[in-house]
Amino acid sequence: MNIDKRLVRKDSLEKLFDILKQNSKTIYAPSSKNGKISFNVAESFSGIVTEYVQTSQSSKDIAFPRTEKILDYSKNKEGMSVKGTDLKNLPEVILWGVRPCDASGIGELSAIFNWDYKDEIYNDRLSRVTVFGFSCNKSDEYCFCTSVGGNPGNTAGSDILFTRLGENGDYLAEILTEKGSLVVSMSPDLFGKAENIDKEKFLAEVPVRFNHEEIRVKLDKFFESKEWIEQSLRCLGCGACAYVCPTCACFDVQDEAHGKSGSRVRCWDSCGLSHFTLHTSGHNPREVQSQRWRQRIMHKFSYMPERLSVYGCTGCGRCSRACPVDMNILEHLISIQEVTL
Amino acid sequence: MMDNLYMPYLMRIERITYEAPGVKTFMLKFVNEADQDKFSYKAGQFGEYSVYGVGESTFCIASPPTRKGYIECTFRQTGKVTNALSGCEEGNIIGFRGPYGNVFPIDEWKGKNLLFIAGGIALPPMRCVIWNALDLRDNFKDVTIIYGARTVKDLVYKDELKDWELRKDVKLVTTVDPGGESPDWRGEIGFVPTIVEKIAPSSKDTIAIVCGPPVMIKFTFPVLAKLGFTDESIYTTLENRMKCGFGKCGRCNVGKVFVCKDGPVFTLAQLKELPDEY
Amino acid sequence: MVDLIKRAKELIETSTVKVVIGYEQGTANKTRALFVEKAEDADKLMFDSRCVQNLAAYVTKREVKEKGKMAITATLPVMRSIIQLASEFQVNDNNLLVLGITPESKFIEFGNLVEVETFVHQYTIEIDARNKEMLDKLEKMSPAERWKFWIDELTPCFKCYACRAACPMCYCHRCTVDFNQPQWIPVPSHELGNLEWHIMRAIHLTGRCIDCDACYNACPLSIPLNLLTKKMLEDAKEHFGGYQPSLKGGHLMSTYKPDDKENFIQ
Repeated sequence: MNIDKRLVRKDSLEKLFDILKQNSKTIYAPSSKNGKISFNVAESFSGIVTEYVQTSQSSKDIAFPRTEKILDYSKNKEGMSVKGTDLKNLPEVILWGVRPCDASGIGELSAIFNWDYKDEIYNDRLSRVTVFGFSCNKSDEYCFCTSVGGNPGNTAGSDILFTRLGENGDYLAEILTEKGSLVVSMSPDLFGKAENIDKEKFLAEVPVRFNHEEIRVKLDKFFESKEWIEQSLRCLGCGACAYVCPTCACFDVQDEAHGKSGSRVRCWDSCGLSHFTLHTSGHNPREVQSQRWRQRIMHKFSYMPERLSVYGCTGCGRCSRACPVDMNILEHLISIQEVTL
Repeated sequence: MMDNLYMPYLMRIERITYEAPGVKTFMLKFVNEADQDKFSYKAGQFGEYSVYGVGESTFCIASPPTRKGYIECTFRQTGKVTNALSGCEEGNIIGFRGPYGNVFPIDEWKGKNLLFIAGGIALPPMRCVIWNALDLRDNFKDVTIIYGARTVKDLVYKDELKDWELRKDVKLVTTVDPGGESPDWRGEIGFVPTIVEKIAPSSKDTIAIVCGPPVMIKFTFPVLAKLGFTDESIYTTLENRMKCGFGKCGRCNVGKVFVCKDGPVFTLAQLKELPDEY
Repeated sequence: MVDLIKRAKELIETSTVKVVIGYEQGTANKTRALFVEKAEDADKLMFDSRCVQNLAAYVTKREVKEKGKMAITATLPVMRSIIQLASEFQVNDNNLLVLGITPESKFIEFGNLVEVETFVHQYTIEIDARNKEMLDKLEKMSPAERWKFWIDELTPCFKCYACRAACPMCYCHRCTVDFNQPQWIPVPSHELGNLEWHIMRAIHLTGRCIDCDACYNACPLSIPLNLLTKKMLEDAKEHFGGYQPSLKGGHLMSTYKPDDKENFIQ
């Protein structure tokens, strides 16, 4: 299939930003706060951070917000009135500056939210998002996208993938979907002709560190291994890894009451937290941290590939960077690969 | 029109039955008739019952699909939501999402003997399939029900137990734990596994459906094995902490199996494949 | 460091302790906790200025405690945490041995917790200059400005509880946020709920926090939530003359003294 390739001059990006804003698009782009980079609404092009290997948080909250109302209720004389969340007035969003690992991670989230039952709240939100992926010119020791079937110039999940052609260079723009074409039609002058540009030579080097299929097969027999206890001894059981991860979608459902009315919300949760599987009776199938650590790895690298046909990890490395006690997932996976059963 | 997966049906509490200390049964009717018309389920399925402003709780649908126009649930007052449900009165509106989960393959059991074994508060998940079978009585050969609780007071569905006892086409054996009997108790005295061994139901052409607290299950399965039941002919239902009920919140999985989607009904053969995580 | 490694090996070989908690080289440029259960693993022990994680968070962790008597490599903040934990009956001489590292990076082994306390009491808990400056700036703000500052800082928090996990004083098996009857603190992350969580935690730490910054270091979003606990430290100094972790107890917020100032009653 021939991809529509265009050349976007370096200065054109700011012009593109302005045109999109004029067309009432809300642009979410990386911005810095307290030295960490997250996706926030960008009011101006100058506020967008560009020199980073990876953001601290993923952009998953664009379609899967950390707290989201799913219904409102109110008790009145006649009884109860319940209304589902209103998604009619969501803004059209441009997700600007996601890395290929994050863009491809949208596939995992969509697989979970459409497994047999279609979660229309998620689908509706996602349908209003246009993804501008930006290929990686640099990587660091935490990255391992190539070990899980990705690569620094991966087009999966992006509507337009921009690749910077060298330091201070112009951009190759690959127009991958109809949403991408729509953007081009808003600003055709900014998308010039691209001659034979080979983006590969501008991409970061990310060596393959493990064989994910080998690991998946091994994990089938790994449930009772003592390795889980060894690996998780320093894990403190917080939710940092799950919350910064682009593909973690575990959630809680909570009611928030204010007198006679209130709402039900869906909010992020983490399988690493000690009360995640706690029964009201007091019984907890995952009582100790090693069982919860095992669940994280097994879910991503064994259960999801088998049940949903997608890998539960895109190799972005955020969990390892964010972890306060250096539970480096790459290191742990390599060690699983090396252990003899 | 967007279909919000998380939207419960509005249900009115028609009748509350006090079953045992801390245990109640609600009979629920759909507030909107259109919902009632669209709704159907099969024995074994569960739902998420909610008190708006408090939260949701997971119980099976305890009434059989052969009875139309209402559903029932039975629960014990244990935590936040069940306490709030317990405080509800007839006429109150609660929410119900469902049906979720897989079903008892009752069609495959045609022509067989059915053996139901339940303990304590685990009779509710079985009640739907017991009544389903009794409503289609001619489809099955012998029907035996062995049910026990800690004390006489703890037996649930006391009126229905009387009905089953009087029926000529059902063999009902009730038991209480040693020390749990009342002066006028005429049933058996002994733990459920012991009574199963005593009654020694035949395993030939028989499907066993077992549900109870973990300790009862642990000792009942070996008894059934001794009686000649195969792992494929024994069914049970699992429960686990749930939130969404449809396989997305990531909470109820036992290994790669999701209790809300692949269960809650499992054969013993399937149960034995599961890792020790429930 | 050589002395520490030698001593750690001895302690394991003689079964005096079952596990030595220390630091090792991690991935990238990080250091991380190491649990030495076999003498040869002690060679991985190291210490340098990057080792700021408060290891005392592990002495209340079930999986570590279960191994038996523990030894812990303790810098001054870790020592303070240990004394505070001891005064709260979480550790004692029977289950913990302290291998101290002085502020001059010298190894010093303590015979018992009283010796650790004596050492710790030579130093007062002082807030560093940079954070002191920030606290002064906050103090000079109007209440409305200060409210805006905290709403801005705390709204991005996504309630991962890394701050709680990393804090040695947050060892409650069932944290206040884990109660749902009643739901004291809302579960989802939003403006008001986040404020409630962080304020509640700062209050629970008043008189107990020893200013190790583990909470701030653990936060994936680098939210300056340690300013809340530092402010509590300053307030404690102002109203109660400050505090030190002390084996004989007498906690600031749970002890009434007849000469306590009551100038908040107008």
